[in-house]
Amino acid sequence: MLRWILGGREAQGTVEKSAALFIGEEQPKNCFTEMQVLKGHFDIVRFLVQIDDLRFASAGDDGLVLIWNVETGDCLIELRGHTQQITAMISYTFIRGGNAHTALITASSDRTLSLWDPDSGNRVQNISDLQSPVKCLLVLVCLDVWLSGGNELCVWNRDFELQCKTVHHSDAGISAMVELPKNFIAAAMDKEIVIFKLNLSGSDIAVMAMRHLADHQDTIHSLIHINDGLFASGSHIGELIIWDSVDWTIQAYEHILWEEPARDGQSEFKLNHQKQIERSIQHMSSDGEYIVAAIGSGLYVYNVLMKSVVAYRRIAHDSNVLHTVLQQDGRLMSCSEDGSVRMWELQDLPLPAEPASSGFFGMFGTFGRSSKQTGPPAKKIPEVPGLRSLELIGDLIGHSGAVQVRFKEKGLVTCSTDHLLIIWKDGEFQSQLRSLAVFQKLEENQEL
Amino acid sequence: MIGSPDVVALTKEDDFGDSFTDPCSLPEEFSVPLFAHAANANPWTKTSYAKFSKDFILVSEFSEQVGPQPLITIPNDPKVCGTFDLNYFSLRIMSVDYQASFVGHPPGSNYPKLNFVEDSKVVLGDSKEGAFAYVHHLTLYDLEARGFVRPFCLAYISADERKIMHQFQELSSEFSKASEFLKSGNRKAFANELEKKLKDLEYTRLVLHKETELQKMNNGCYSTQAIEKANELANVEKSIYEHKDLLRQITSYPSRKKKDVDFIQQETEKPADMSVIDDTLNSHHSDIADKTVETESKSRKSSYTPQLIKAKSAKCFDKRLKTMEELCDASFFHQTLEQLNIIEKSFRGDLCLIYTSQIDRALLSKQSVTSFLFEAERDWEYGGTSKNFSISSNNPTVPILNLSGEPLSLDSYTTCIDVDHIKPGVESMEGPPESSTSDITQETSEAADTETKGSFSSDKSIEAFGGVSPSSLQANYFDGLERKSKVSIASPSENASSSVAVPQRTSDGNLVPMDAACCIGQDGFIFEEPLPELAQECCGDTVVNQEPLSFLQGDPALQVDYTFEESALAESPNMGLTFSELNTEEVAKINIEDVSDSTSFMSASTSSDRAVSLFTYGSALTLKQKKKAGHSALRFIRQYPFAQQAIFCLLSGRTLVILGVDEGTVRKLVNALFIFVPNLGKYGETVQPWLSSPFQLTDLQRWKLIGLQRAASPAGSSILHSLNRYSRYISILDCDNKTLRCPPYKGTLVSHLADHRTQIKRGSTYFLHVQGMLTQLTAKAFLYTFCHHIHLPMDINDQGSVTSRRTNFLLQLSYTVEESKIVHYLSELIKQHYIQGSSKGGNQSFCFNYTTSYLYKI
Repeated sequence: MLRWILGGREAQGTVEKSAALFIGEEQPKNCFTEMQVLKGHFDIVRFLVQIDDLRFASAGDDGLVLIWNVETGDCLIELRGHTQQITAMISYTFIRGGNAHTALITASSDRTLSLWDPDSGNRVQNISDLQSPVKCLLVLVCLDVWLSGGNELCVWNRDFELQCKTVHHSDAGISAMVELPKNFIAAAMDKEIVIFKLNLSGSDIAVMAMRHLADHQDTIHSLIHINDGLFASGSHIGELIIWDSVDWTIQAYEHILWEEPARDGQSEFKLNHQKQIERSIQHMSSDGEYIVAAIGSGLYVYNVLMKSVVAYRRIAHDSNVLHTVLQQDGRLMSCSEDGSVRMWELQDLPLPAEPASSGFFGMFGTFGRSSKQTGPPAKKIPEVPGLRSLELIGDLIGHSGAVQVRFKEKGLVTCSTDHLLIIWKDGEFQSQLRSLAVFQKLEENQEL
Repeated sequence: MIGSPDVVALTKEDDFGDSFTDPCSLPEEFSVPLFAHAANANPWTKTSYAKFSKDFILVSEFSEQVGPQPLITIPNDPKVCGTFDLNYFSLRIMSVDYQASFVGHPPGSNYPKLNFVEDSKVVLGDSKEGAFAYVHHLTLYDLEARGFVRPFCLAYISADERKIMHQFQELSSEFSKASEFLKSGNRKAFANELEKKLKDLEYTRLVLHKETELQKMNNGCYSTQAIEKANELANVEKSIYEHKDLLRQITSYPSRKKKDVDFIQQETEKPADMSVIDDTLNSHHSDIADKTVETESKSRKSSYTPQLIKAKSAKCFDKRLKTMEELCDASFFHQTLEQLNIIEKSFRGDLCLIYTSQIDRALLSKQSVTSFLFEAERDWEYGGTSKNFSISSNNPTVPILNLSGEPLSLDSYTTCIDVDHIKPGVESMEGPPESSTSDITQETSEAADTETKGSFSSDKSIEAFGGVSPSSLQANYFDGLERKSKVSIASPSENASSSVAVPQRTSDGNLVPMDAACCIGQDGFIFEEPLPELAQECCGDTVVNQEPLSFLQGDPALQVDYTFEESALAESPNMGLTFSELNTEEVAKINIEDVSDSTSFMSASTSSDRAVSLFTYGSALTLKQKKKAGHSALRFIRQYPFAQQAIFCLLSGRTLVILGVDEGTVRKLVNALFIFVPNLGKYGETVQPWLSSPFQLTDLQRWKLIGLQRAASPAGSSILHSLNRYSRYISILDCDNKTLRCPPYKGTLVSHLADHRTQIKRGSTYFLHVQGMLTQLTAKAFLYTFCHHIHLPMDINDQGSVTSRRTNFLLQLSYTVEESKIVHYLSELIKQHYIQGSSKGGNQSFCFNYTTSYLYKI
C-alpha cells in the first residue's frame, strides 16, 4: 500500500507564472474546429449512449430520450414515455434472427424500466411499479441478461422477465455495478462493495451476495472495470482502491490528499475555495493500463501495472471535474462543472526530478482575462521515476457542466446542464469528407 | 382610311446569317449589339425622329361604336407620348388584328359558340411616326357586345425597332402574362354576367308562362295573342338555352389553363404584395375557378333580383359599353396594370442595357453553385424571363411555319402546352377532325389576306423587316406538319404574300412562327416554364418544354458553354441604335444616393450585380439597399483603420459582433458591413442588425454579423458575459470605444478590397468594386472546391497528404494563411450548398479557428 500525500511539505518551487493552464487561443493540437449545437432537450442532459457508428441517444431530466445522427446532427427519433427524469440508460445488443439488434434500456425516477427500439421509436417493453427507482443498469452479454440496481439488485432476461432479485439492502442502494469474471458482479453500495454471484441452474438464475468489502472509509462514487483481472473503486475522501477481480483482494490503495498548502508562505495567492478542497473521486476511466481519476477539480493518472502515479494536476479546472475520458493515444479529456472540456496530453518531463517543472501547478486562468486567477503554489514533485506531466493542449468552450462520450472519427459529443448537446468535429477531416461527398454527387449526377 | 400597318415578321436569328464576328477578343457570350459607327458618329444623338420621348405601353380597344381608341398609356404621363398621335396609332395597331373569331353562329351550329381565341402577337412599324410596336391582341367577352367579343390590344411602343425585334420573346412572354390576367378576370366577370342574364330570362319565362296560361284560359289556344306569347316564350326558352350553353362553355374552360395562370401569378407576385395575392388568390387560387364562380353566383342568387327583360336584347349603338375594368374583375384589372407597369420598367432603356442585364442573368443562372455567396438570389424574381433567355440562347431553332393556326399536333399541345380551346367547342367545331378546321382557317386567312393586300398597296410607309423566305419556311413547315398535311396545303402561298408570320419559339427549340392572320384557337406559344409534372408528362411528345441545361450538365469545372445567338444583330439592315434616353447629361445627373426610378435604367448596365429586379419590391435586399451599403462601407473604410480586419473576419466566417449603446450607430455599421457577408441569404438571414438580449451559442451558427446593444442593466452584464464566454468564436467591434478585437490579418487581398485611401468616391461605384473583387474571390473558391487532385486522397489513409496538397494549392494561388482561411470558408459553403441543394434546412455546423485575437484601436 502506498500512501500519497500531495502537498506542500516544502516551500520549494516558488510560484511560477506558468501559462500552462491558460492555453489561450492558439491550440494547434486541438483539431476540433467545427461544432454543431443540438437543441431538443428541455432540461439537463445527463446521459449519452452510443447505439452504432452513426447514432447516439441522449437522455436527461426531462424524461425524453432523443436519438441523433452524429454526422448530420439531425434528431432522428424522439422516445417519449417517461414522466420523470431518466436515471440510467444503457444500450443492449442482442442477436435475433441472426442479426444483431441494438435496443435501449432506460430507467426513470417514475419507477419504470423501458426497452426502446431505436429504429422505430417503439417502446417495446415497459415495466412499471418497481419498488424503487433504478440507479444503474448492467448488461451481461455472455448470459444475455441484464441487471438493474436500485435498492435491490434485479436480474432480467431479454424479454423483460424478472429472473431473480436480492433482498432489500439499504437505503443507499446500489450506485454502480461492474461485471467480474465467472458470473460475479461487484456492486457499490455506499461504503461497501458487495460481490454477488449469479448461479445458473438450467434456465433459472439465482443471485446471492458472496462478500462485503468494507475497506472504503466513505461513500463510493466510482466503480470501474480496468481489465480482466482488476477493477477499481474510488470514494468520496479520495481513496482509490484497485481490486483483484477474482479473489477480491486489494491490489493497490491510494489515498489521494490534495492538501491545503498552509505552510508554503504563499498564502496570499490562495483563493478561498482552496480551503475546502474537494478530494472526492467523482469519476474514473481506464484503458486497461492507466486509470484517470477525477478528483475534485484535479486529475490523477495512475498506472495500474506499475502501481504508481503517472501524472497529476491538482487543479485542472475551475470547478469539479465530472467526467474523464482516456484516449488511446495517451491523451485524455476532462469535463467540468465550469462548462469547459479540456484536452490533456501525457508528456515526459524533460528532467523528471526537476522541481522547476512543477510549473504546471502554476498560474492559470480560464481563457477570459476577467476570470484569470492565481493557482496554488508549486508543490514538491514526489521523487517517483517515470512521473510525467499532464499538459493542456486544448479546450472546448461551449456549455456548462459537460459529460461526454466519444465517437471514433465522427467527433465528440458533449451534453450539459444547459439543455444542449454539442457535436465537436475535426474541421479538416469534415472538410475532406465534404469534398468527397461533392465529388461523389458530381459523379452521380454525371457532371464530372 | 385605315392604313395597313407595317407588319413585321420576326424571323429566326439564323436567317440573318452567322457572319457576325466580333474583332475584339471578347467572347461571344458577352457580346452586346455593337453600335454601328458608320451610321452615326455620335452614339448619343437620337437617330429616331419619334414624337415620343420614351417607350410606353398603349392599351387600345376596337370599339364597335367608335372604332379604334386608345384607353390607357403606361406610364400615364402625357409628356411621354408627346405629340405622338395615339388615336392614329391605335387605329393602326388595331387594324392588324386579323384574328377572325367565330363568335355568334358558326356554320353547322344553331347557337352561339364562344371561341377561346388565342392572342396574336405581331410586330409592326411605322416609319413615318418613327414608332415600332409589339402588339398583343386579345379579345374579351362581353354579353352586350357584338358577337360577345370586344377586341383589345396591348402594345409596347418604342422608337427602337431593334429593341422590339430582339426582345420579342421576352415581350411576348410578359405580355402574355398580362393578357392572362385580363382574360381570367374577364371569364369570371362574363360568367357572372351570364348568370345574371339567366336569372332574368328564367324570371321572364316564368312571367310569360303565366301570362300564356292566362290567355289560353281567356281566349282559347289559338288566339293571336296566345300565339305571340307562345312565340315569345319560345324565344325566351331558346335564349335560355343559348345562355346556358355559353355559361357551360365559359365555365368549362380548361382548368389546367387556370393553374398556369396561378402559377404565373405566384411567380410574379412579391411577398410585399401579400394583400394583393390574398385578394386574387382568394378569388382565384382555388384551382377550379369555376367553382368559385359558382359559389359566388350562388350567393348572388339570393341578392340578385331578376328583372323582366325582352328576349332579344337590342343592339343599339347608343348604349354604354362596359369599361375594361368592368369587363374584368377589378382585382385582375389592377393586377394587369401592375404587370404592365413591370413590363414598362423592365424594358425601359436602351437595348444594350437590356441585353447586358439579360446576359448577366443568363450567366448568373448558370452559376448556381457559387452565386449564393455574394449575389442576390433571384430565381424567384425573374422567374420565367431569365430562363426564357437561356432557352433561346442555348437551343438552335428550327422555324416551322404553322399557317393553319392550329397546333402542330393537337395531342401534344393538349398534353404539354396550354390550349385555350374550350373543349366542347373544339369537339363540335371539329366534327370531322381536321378538314373542317382547315376549311375555317382557310376562310379566315383568305379574308385576312385580301385585307392585307389592300392595305399593302395603300400605304407607302410599309417596311418589311427581315422578310421570311417562304421556301425555307415552307420546307420546315412541312417537316413539322407531316401529320397535319391536310390543313396546310393551301396556306404557304398566302403566307408568302402577306408575310405576317411572327415566329414563336417553343422551348424545345422549335420555332413555330405564328401566323397572325389566322391564329385561331391556338395558344401554343407559352414561354412560361411548364408545371413540372406537365413537363414530365410531355417528354415523349414532339413539343417538349425543357428546362434549360444547368451548366453542370455541360462542364462542371469550367463554366462555359454559353452560346448566344447574336448573329442576327450583325445582319440586321438597320444598325443604328436609338439611344432614345441614354444621353450624357442624364448620366452625369446620377447621384449616389438616389439610383431610383429616373436612372434605374442605368443601373442595369452599370451594375455587375444584376439585382435590378423590377419584379421585387420590399422584403428582400435590393440593389438600392446594397448600393447604399456601399456608401456606408466606403465611409467605414475611411473612418476605421482596422476596417480590413473587420472585413477579413466576415469573409472568413468569423462572426462579427458590433457592440454599441446607440442603436443608430450600430445599425449604420451593420449596414456598412453586410455586403461582405458571404451567403447573406435572400432576406439577409445571416445578419442580425440589432440584438438586445444575450446571444446563445446557436446564434453563432445562424448569424455572421450581429449588432448588439451595450446596456448597463443586468441584461447588459449577461450580454457581456456571453461575449466573454464565446470570445473565441467572435470578433467584437466596439463602436463606442472604437476598438476591434479580432485575429490579425496579413495579406493584400482585403487591402485591395478595403483601401482607406481609395480613389472611389461614390458608394455605388465602391459597391461594384467590392462585387468585382468578391466575384474574383468566389471564382478562386470555386476552383479550389472543384479541383480533384487536391481533395481526393491517394489511398484511404491519406489524410495528411490531402491537407498538405490543399495548403500548397492555396499558397500557389498566392494566398497568405489568413486569405487561405477565406477561400477555405467560401469553399466549405460551396460544398455544403452543393451537397444540400439550395435548401438551407438542417442543422448547419459551425466552423471556427483557434487563433489569438488582438485589440485594434483607432
